[in-house]
Amino acid sequence: MAEESILSIEKLRLSYGELEVLKGVDFDLAKSELAFLIGPSGSGKSSLLRCCNRLEEPSAGRVIVDGEEVTAPGVNLNQLRRRIGMVFQSFNLYPHLTALGNVTLALRKVLKKSRVEADDIACSVLERVGLKDKAGSYPNALSGGQQQRVAIARALALEPAIMLFDEPTSALDPELVNDVLAVMRELRETGMTMLVVSHEMGFARSAADRVAFMEDGVIVEQGSAEQIFGDPNCDRTRAFVRQIAH
Amino acid sequence: MSAWERFLDTFFNWAVITEYLPALGQGVLVTCQLAVAVVLTGLALGLGMALLRAYRFWAVNFVIVIFVDILRALPPLVLILILYFGLPNIGVTFSGFTVVWLVLSLVLAAFAEEIYWAGVLSVDQGQWLAARSTGLGFGQALIFVVLPQAMRMTIPPITNRTIAITKYTAIGMVVGVGEVLGQATTAQSFSGNASPLMAGALIYVALFLPLVVLSRWIEKRFAWRRA
Repeated sequence: MAEESILSIEKLRLSYGELEVLKGVDFDLAKSELAFLIGPSGSGKSSLLRCCNRLEEPSAGRVIVDGEEVTAPGVNLNQLRRRIGMVFQSFNLYPHLTALGNVTLALRKVLKKSRVEADDIACSVLERVGLKDKAGSYPNALSGGQQQRVAIARALALEPAIMLFDEPTSALDPELVNDVLAVMRELRETGMTMLVVSHEMGFARSAADRVAFMEDGVIVEQGSAEQIFGDPNCDRTRAFVRQIAH
Repeated sequence: MSAWERFLDTFFNWAVITEYLPALGQGVLVTCQLAVAVVLTGLALGLGMALLRAYRFWAVNFVIVIFVDILRALPPLVLILILYFGLPNIGVTFSGFTVVWLVLSLVLAAFAEEIYWAGVLSVDQGQWLAARSTGLGFGQALIFVVLPQAMRMTIPPITNRTIAITKYTAIGMVVGVGEVLGQATTAQSFSGNASPLMAGALIYVALFLPLVVLSRWIEKRFAWRRA
């Protein structure tokens, strides 16, 4: 890929004691690319995402985001992390803060913006995810889909170079999934680089530049959505795709 | 004098009560001062220890756990007696008020630390992940994200403990602190009549009932609303 690389993962390993979860993963993501990461549970997808911002501490290998090595010793992790947006399966909104408060917290405490400035940014980001009128609502007053969109806004407000999605729609009722996917589609259209762990095959087919299949801590194969879902090279990929297809 | 009249005369003698009412009023003042001082010191100290513990420095946590376990296990009365009657032997003398304040504060701190710490632990791990992923440091995530939730969840046990320990200020009597019970007992001895004690009991009810009601209100007001 000749494009500028936003995310570069090299020989990444992660172990919990005896258990090796990631066994040497290499992966690259170019600017504005959207990649899907699929694979059975326990294959290391979420761990891989969490190594990208060092919520998990890799035992070996390198992660470079937007030219800066995340895994370098002594790196300013907090300043780097805000460049790496992360969205979780269970939203993880702060229940004691309003939607606006959720979005502004890091703006004020990490980017040291004034309250007025942070509120301005938060309002425009909430508008972008279609929730401007919910700025004053607490998470418990929002539907799952709305909560996840606030969570996306929370990450987006920090102007990340890349967004990591960890099963963003799997905790949602089916009728709420599309709202979240619509926001992700809009992000893609505006050129956001995205790495998505998800089994939303329809979305992957229509929006993903690339799909990578992961199993047992390694990326088994990757290719276009058409190829991975339609005609994978590996039997393991084929077996897995058949399972999630219905 | 009938049995009933004798009962009233011994326990609810209005003349005796009015005679010692000023002294009992003095006691109310002392009880309130002591209670407020104990609650403020104890809760602040307990919260401080719980926050410190979150940083998981091995040696610090070891000291905190030992301190907390000992103070929760020992009867406060033992500590009060040791401090009040024992310390003067090595040349350290505290007033009864100071001793009771110190001991009850430390005991409340020990319980409060455990409660706050349990609160911090019970906040979902996802909250830490979300906070850290946006670039908040450990301390910031603790203060702005985890602690507010922990505090809210722990309001019922904390108010419970607070009420229990404030009531315990009556123990000041044994080291001559002139709080309500101390004043009432003194009055009883002087008058040879139990009425001041009864008045003291009523005063405790009058003092603590509003506190109990208030704590109920606080618990309701901050009841955890989950999605």
